[in-house]
Amino acid sequence: MTVSHGGRLRPAGAPRRRLGLAVRRNLTAYGFLSGALICFAFFSWYPMAREVVLSFQKNNFVDPPQWVGLDNIRTVVQDPAFWPAWRNTAMFTLLALLCGYVVPFAIALVLNELRHARGYLRFVVYLPVMLPPAVSVLLFKWFYDPGPGLFNQLLNLVHLPGLSWLDSRDTALISLVIVSTWMNLGTGTLIYLAALQTVPGELYEAAELDGAGTLRRIWHVTIPQTRLILLVMLLLQIIATMQVFIEPYLLTGGGPEDATLSVVYLMYQYAFDYQDFGGGSALGLMLMIVLIVFSAAYLRVSRNVT
Amino acid sequence: MRLRPVAVLLTAALAVTGTACGAKSSRQNDRGAAATAGPLDPNTKVTITVGCRPPKTAKAERAAWDADVKAFQAEYPNITVVGKDAFPCIVPETFQAKLAGGQMEDVFYVYYTDAQKIIQNRQAADITPYVGALKRLKDVNPQFLKALQDGKGRIYGVPRKGYTTGLVYNRKLFAKAGLDPNNPPKTWAEVREAAKKISALGPGYVGYGEYSAGNTGGWHFTAEIYGRGGDVVTPDGKKAAFNSPEGRAVLQTLKDMRWTDDSMGTKQLLRWEDLMRMMGSGKLGMMVGAPDVAVETFLNFGAEIEDIGATTLPEARASLLGGDAYMINPKASPDQIKAAMLWLDFRNLTPGQGQFDYKRFKEGGRPVGVPENLLWGDNASGAQERALRRQYATVPVDNFAPYEKGSSGVTPKVEPPNAQAIYAILDGVMSAVLTRRDADIDQLLADAEKKVNALLARSN
Repeated sequence: MTVSHGGRLRPAGAPRRRLGLAVRRNLTAYGFLSGALICFAFFSWYPMAREVVLSFQKNNFVDPPQWVGLDNIRTVVQDPAFWPAWRNTAMFTLLALLCGYVVPFAIALVLNELRHARGYLRFVVYLPVMLPPAVSVLLFKWFYDPGPGLFNQLLNLVHLPGLSWLDSRDTALISLVIVSTWMNLGTGTLIYLAALQTVPGELYEAAELDGAGTLRRIWHVTIPQTRLILLVMLLLQIIATMQVFIEPYLLTGGGPEDATLSVVYLMYQYAFDYQDFGGGSALGLMLMIVLIVFSAAYLRVSRNVT
Repeated sequence: MRLRPVAVLLTAALAVTGTACGAKSSRQNDRGAAATAGPLDPNTKVTITVGCRPPKTAKAERAAWDADVKAFQAEYPNITVVGKDAFPCIVPETFQAKLAGGQMEDVFYVYYTDAQKIIQNRQAADITPYVGALKRLKDVNPQFLKALQDGKGRIYGVPRKGYTTGLVYNRKLFAKAGLDPNNPPKTWAEVREAAKKISALGPGYVGYGEYSAGNTGGWHFTAEIYGRGGDVVTPDGKKAAFNSPEGRAVLQTLKDMRWTDDSMGTKQLLRWEDLMRMMGSGKLGMMVGAPDVAVETFLNFGAEIEDIGATTLPEARASLLGGDAYMINPKASPDQIKAAMLWLDFRNLTPGQGQFDYKRFKEGGRPVGVPENLLWGDNASGAQERALRRQYATVPVDNFAPYEKGSSGVTPKVEPPNAQAIYAILDGVMSAVLTRRDADIDQLLADAEKKVNALLARSN
């Protein structure tokens, strides 16, 4: 049996078959997606939801949890380490952004211009990423040793006085930024390099014909052509550096005098040193809200830019 | 609109969480303990899981544990002991998670440092009615037991190891620096002098090492202020008490050693493993610690155990106690608690047996003779333990004689309430003195006092 539709004849079972096809096709897609969804649900969303709940509870994991309203938030906000931790985190993020955002981009630009040994240099730049973070951090512990450490030995070689590096309030945070930049340099560089290689060569040729120098070519061709990746990387980097933990945990213990205490390290102290999961969760919730608000604002602003 | 699925999922997750919490609540059962629990019925089959079974890498210790389990089960056929591997024995990061996930052993291991917080959080069972089964508990130094009791004297743990903090020193470096290793410093002035001489041995030598990061700085400040007769909090636990002449003296001595004498090395913000490594390398002269540092640095940090000696904290009449214990999971049944008492008595509280089987240690190659565990007071059990330790000694026991002799005059003192949070604040004070030449001790103590008072006000 056939029906007329728009002057053309179609089999009567066609919509049903198409629907069935669509369901089958989507089912396969959902099937593939389910693995990721289950993983996210168990290992990301459930812990996040649990964190939100714990932020408002007093829970010893033995007795029934008690709802305590905003008590946990009040406790952490009144902690004298609370504001220094946020200040340090913000400062670390800013410095890590200045170093960790600009340096890999500059290296990528240089690597992109090279004609020889590009593969080798790419490998060398990426090498630190292959080291486990704890190994990298402990390596820098030796570099920073005020006595026989590598950095002070180098300074002494050129007749400069050694620095206290991690042992001084003035240099401890920037010392952590250097470690973080070195550890993450390779990934950023490779991503920027990949983005740079998508920029059509004709644009550079045209710019050159117009008399543009290197800096103007970067400003007028490279940056506009790679702005999407630059914007995404900026957001990811801010989110990652705001969660700085391993560097202060392994190198300074948050000292000297709380100069390197970060929000996540304070969260760790609450949860595991003070055995106060409520306080730790409250801090985590605050950080999550800050990052969500920042990301949303950033995406809104950057949508206009792109 | 695109956010809707996420919102639905988050809501669902929240609902699941809420349900889970509710389910857990309904599972709780109130186990009001009787005044005194009777003995375990020999016909009742009980299985207990016990933490801190030595790992496979520690072959001798593991074999000793397994042998003890076998012997215990032969004596008590109705009890099955299931040891749970752990190294280190307690990982603070997993403690809460194990409790939350129902994975905590029935008999779990704790450091004294954490015990009060666990008691306060009601995460350990009140075992007061059951401790009658511990035949030698009366011989344990009551100060160590006090660390496992609440304000009302209820008991929440069974001590395994106890000591007071003293001064550990490298005898070889003492000799090299022209000091008498058999006559270690008795005052802080003598510590300063000795540290100067040791650091003068050459580059890399550190006369005296001190912690100042990861809460260990606050921990040692507490030990040192106790030693000088001061306190960290007032007796009622409501106010800070370290902004005192004793507190200033602790910091002034450190400041002088660091900046005037230059006898503390250049690298600061040291933590536990840093001083262990330095002591193991043979270039650190002295540190505050207990004799177990000798065994730890010998087993894991390459030290020659014959080179290490220990004495009591200079000028000390009191000192911070340290050590570890076992507590019972609050979800354990009364029969499991009874079985746990029998096991702990067998393994940890009987000289010549279990952890005090020095003959077996000697045969297994573990150092014997270091007064690592001063659990017993001056009584029959203590005398028996000391005699056995000397009988099977494999290290020069005289290296630790100043510590052991002096310890009888030093009162073990428990940690302050909210110990870790206070240590975190005092870390700042210690790190300031050790990293800033211009550190103002009065100001530092005043600032820390305000912070600790605020902390105590919040938690009381």
